[in-house]
Amino acid sequence: MPDDFLARLEQAEAFEDLQTLILELRDHYGVGHMVYHWVSANGEQYGCGTYPPDWVQTYIERDYLRIDPVVLGCYQRFHPVDWRKLDWSTKAAKALATDAARFQIGNQGYSIPIRGPNGQFALFTVCDHRDDLAWDEFTRENQRNLILIAHYFNNSALMIERGRTPTAAKPLSPRETDALTFLAMGYGRGQVADMLEISEHTLRAYIESARLKLGANNTTHAVARALAEGLIITGGATNGAVGNWPGRYEIQGKQGVA
Amino acid sequence: MLRYIYGSDLARFPRLEESMFLDRADQFKHRLGWEVTLDTKGWERDEYDDLNPLYVIWENPDGTHGGSMRFLPTVGRTMVNDHFGNLTGGGPICDPGIWECTRFCLSPKSESKIAAALMLGGGELMRHFKLAQFAGVFDARMVRIYRMIGSSPVVLGESGTGRGKISLGLWSYSPQAHLRVAQSAGVSLALSEKWFQRSFGAVELLLSA
Repeated sequence: MPDDFLARLEQAEAFEDLQTLILELRDHYGVGHMVYHWVSANGEQYGCGTYPPDWVQTYIERDYLRIDPVVLGCYQRFHPVDWRKLDWSTKAAKALATDAARFQIGNQGYSIPIRGPNGQFALFTVCDHRDDLAWDEFTRENQRNLILIAHYFNNSALMIERGRTPTAAKPLSPRETDALTFLAMGYGRGQVADMLEISEHTLRAYIESARLKLGANNTTHAVARALAEGLIITGGATNGAVGNWPGRYEIQGKQGVA
Repeated sequence: MLRYIYGSDLARFPRLEESMFLDRADQFKHRLGWEVTLDTKGWERDEYDDLNPLYVIWENPDGTHGGSMRFLPTVGRTMVNDHFGNLTGGGPICDPGIWECTRFCLSPKSESKIAAALMLGGGELMRHFKLAQFAGVFDARMVRIYRMIGSSPVVLGESGTGRGKISLGLWSYSPQAHLRVAQSAGVSLALSEKWFQRSFGAVELLLSA
């Protein structure tokens, strides 16, 4: 890896610094792209990388996060994954792959899942256009350093976005999670009780126990806390999650998106 | 056969899952008398099983559990750092190149070569994922077993004496040790590789698909 790279990575103070570093790293390794991608529990995406901003925008707009075999194959896991070993057979995955090819993302990829504090999840990806043998050789030679670099990127990102680091919370039961999730989606109590096929009385008990676990003063407070702590998820692009990505605003400006 | 299964996928192997947690209850609660808790089904599960660990499991021909161990990355929450901080000889172990290995368990019916097969599975994880080390806490009775298998750890710290002695060890990968362990297990490296690919995917199969 480049000289002092890890030390410089540790000193990064903003995502823009991480962006500068990842560009240098990509050039050093002579690969197509490198990306650090932090997916928070509410579907917001943060990161830096060398993907063309148009591709990042397409990815967010089409909500590819939900079907991306790389994300699905890495989420909640912790072993590095070669993209060839993922399941690309679904229709949605094929569409994603076709789209990615338009932006020349590369025919090979290698992703390192990162399990941070309190269930934080991020990915570090390297991709390129290479034949199988050359890619095998590249990953074999660089795997260990890339894993180390991936975790340094994540540590710096956690420092920079300290407020986004998930905090430890008492886990909610499946029913409590369901109840708060539907409330967060805007349904009334009657509707939520119907959807869960329970009485409103029982629903009240679930909401109450969730409220106590979350240390919240009322139901609204409980929903807000559960969302903030990532205990319930109401979808990424569907709830207007934005995230932050160098180059993202430039594109939005171009397209006149607020 | 060795299987590598994340916690979130265990339910796809109900027979294996049930017999593993029951064997763990048998070993840790009943035979070793550890202070572990059993749930209403009599399964020995703890909070680390809720963190979606990766299990390496020996599956008997009838689909039941022959032996297992549990892995978690040390960059996340681990048992070593939560409970055995006194043995690390300094700060917590937190390194992307080190996974912790806990709940090394053998079914009462299993032969000793199953223990070697599990260590072989651990070696495959180190080899494929370029891990520097595994960290694990073990008691005195395991020292002899590790030596027999041909994979003894470097000891970082110890507490207690005699049979009650608890040690924290680090295992590293070496091709020589890997081969020794494979021989103890009576499993060829080629077969071990096939089992690994079965769990983690094989590049060749996907390319031809």
